[in-house]
Amino acid sequence: MSIIIYLIPIALILGLIGLAAFVWSMKSNQYDDLDGAAHRILIDDNENNVTK
Amino acid sequence: MQTPANQVTRPEHDGYESLVKTNNDGLNSLSLLVGGVHCALCIQKIESSLLKNPAVKNARLNFSTGRLNITWDGAPILANAFVTIISSLGYSITPYNPDIERTTQDSEHRFLLTCLGVAGFAMGNIMLLSVGLWTTTSETMGMATRELLHLVSGLIAIPAVAFSGRPFFRSAFSALKNRQTNMDVPISLGLILACGMSIFEIFQHGEHTYFDSAVMLMFFLLIGRYMDFRARLNARSAATDLIQTLSGFATIIQNDKQHRLLIRDLREGMTVLVGVGEKIPVDSRVIKGQSTIDTSLITGETIPRSVAVGDNVFGGTINQSSPLTLTVSKAAEDSVLADVVRLMEKAEQGQAKYVRLADRVARAYTPVVHILAITAFILWFGFLDASWQDALMIAVTVLIVTCPCALGLAVPVVQVLASGVLMKRGILVKSGDALERLATIDTILFDKTGTLTIGKPTLTGQYDEGLLALAASLSVHSQHPLSKALSSAYHGALIPIENITESAGKGLEGLYQNKILKLGSRSWCNIPQNATESDYLEIWFTQEESTPICFAFKDELKTDSEDVIQKLKSSHLKIALLSGDRQNVVASISQKIGIENFYAAMTPIDKYNYLEDIKNKGHKVLMVGDGLNDAPVLAGADISMAPGTAIDMAQNAADIVFMGDKLSPVVTAYQIAKLTQKLVQQNFALSILYNFIAVPAAFCGLITPMLAAIAMSLSSLIVIANSFRLKRYK
Repeated sequence: MSIIIYLIPIALILGLIGLAAFVWSMKSNQYDDLDGAAHRILIDDNENNVTK
Repeated sequence: MQTPANQVTRPEHDGYESLVKTNNDGLNSLSLLVGGVHCALCIQKIESSLLKNPAVKNARLNFSTGRLNITWDGAPILANAFVTIISSLGYSITPYNPDIERTTQDSEHRFLLTCLGVAGFAMGNIMLLSVGLWTTTSETMGMATRELLHLVSGLIAIPAVAFSGRPFFRSAFSALKNRQTNMDVPISLGLILACGMSIFEIFQHGEHTYFDSAVMLMFFLLIGRYMDFRARLNARSAATDLIQTLSGFATIIQNDKQHRLLIRDLREGMTVLVGVGEKIPVDSRVIKGQSTIDTSLITGETIPRSVAVGDNVFGGTINQSSPLTLTVSKAAEDSVLADVVRLMEKAEQGQAKYVRLADRVARAYTPVVHILAITAFILWFGFLDASWQDALMIAVTVLIVTCPCALGLAVPVVQVLASGVLMKRGILVKSGDALERLATIDTILFDKTGTLTIGKPTLTGQYDEGLLALAASLSVHSQHPLSKALSSAYHGALIPIENITESAGKGLEGLYQNKILKLGSRSWCNIPQNATESDYLEIWFTQEESTPICFAFKDELKTDSEDVIQKLKSSHLKIALLSGDRQNVVASISQKIGIENFYAAMTPIDKYNYLEDIKNKGHKVLMVGDGLNDAPVLAGADISMAPGTAIDMAQNAADIVFMGDKLSPVVTAYQIAKLTQKLVQQNFALSILYNFIAVPAAFCGLITPMLAAIAMSLSSLIVIANSFRLKRYK
């Protein structure tokens, strides 16, 4: 059972990485326009509309 | 005043430089509200055409809100060029002050999302540990290991509850401060007590902790809270939007020079220039020029009114045929438009009284929860001789079990799904409780122009093809709505006509094969006035030495209007028609589609008074309308709908906006609202049923953390599954 000494921290760290990714995605405005994101996938990536 | 008929003056785009903000890097930025964006192509067209300009660093259009942010390196005056680009693509633009609403809503949105994220993280990890605890007992898993797992759970749960529980704690605290209770009081109490008791259990080396239940409860409730928030996100104050329309620009003449000035800064006595097609900014008097004014926004009348020097014109009406010079008679805040704003603000305040079903249930439910928990404690501690820890633990279990997540999810899940179903049918639900209110109505008020009818005159009757060709060739040179209707009724090739001139408000004149052609009003074509007033709109056409003919126009009914009225009547709804148009026009339309109650020649104030009157009689009213004259009623009615062709103000005032040129969305929305209501009630019934089983079990102390977790997720899943039945509508 002593393996859980390692497993619990690993699980927690993985979870925290996920949480950090979530907070990052929110801080970079990715949840501001969910409907727009659904449409933007249809836009071709040419040099003109890539945000400079 | 004679003006060349084919000269169309476009409203110019300038003055936007005053709205430009300069940020710390020396870049300029501008925020605009763009109207008419509805697909990926629109996003691409707008963004890429702006980014073609090398000065533009960033152009980002938010699809959900219609906000466009442009950042560029260069002079602020470039702003006007950007606005011209976008409007030349065919999108409408409103200057927009980003400071007003952005801050509160955006930060609330992020706050809830962060709470939800943290709660999700905590729940995932605690469940991971708890599965081991649930599937073993103190015999099969060593006490030391169990305590370690409890401790780790606690270390995750306590900060998570302290962080993510804030939406509930805040709301509970403010309710208690006002000596009231709401659903958040037992939730907060349950969360705090469950965590507190579990800490105590850790120190006591107890067998059970309730960190998992607490975090799970919090996570599910936050999902409901977040969905609810999203559903309400679009419900903004329509009155604020109306005032925003006063934030456009007007061209004024000062010291013989033209300036652009914000409309709200206009003062009495200023001289304003209004081009063809431009909106008259404020109530004013004509001092130069002669034109026709489209007053449909204020009065709902379809025929343009001709004005000359000395006539008064209202703000919000549109100048149609030739440029006018006006002197401002009232500042923007005192105009008729502003009166409508005030009426709407009043109407919106009256609205606030509506209590949502979920809140009503919570209000009845909260005391029951408290009483049950206290009774459990007293019973076990006082009568069954349990230790105070055990008794408190049972009371806490009762608290947790009785605030089922299902109750928090019952309404928002159905509403979000219903909004999605309606959205696919081109019906936009703007406020969270709109469907709930729609399901309770017993009376529907319709506006005529643009709601029951298409809103544009169309040619009716049979005409000689050759004459129609000549008349249409002449009429393409005019911007008058009837001229436009005439030219759009003719599909053949145009005949070249010479020497075309337009007399504002009267008609057109031209030369064809050395004969004078005249197209316009009766008096323009020298035809004696007819005493009887017809319900048709007419243009007369004369050719030298031949009999004049009359083109009749009618604002046609939408193809399904009659059908919709019949369907609504068969659902036992009372229907009335309120119109600003003339008596005979309104009467003939009402007869045709079968509306017995109709009221003609009503001003916005009349309409509002009528609404107040029937509301006072206890009726629940749905208003369907599209004009400024309907805006106060739209805002004041229990629930309101506007077609997508309606003016922005009406769309903002309405709770539901429907796209397309049909009226049937009114029926669809009503049916879905009824269905939504039914599912919500079923969900509540399911939650209560769950309580009938879970509460006695908790009361007897039979609920372990594992059972609590299973019961909670199961009841939530059942409620969500039931809500999804909505997707099967038709």
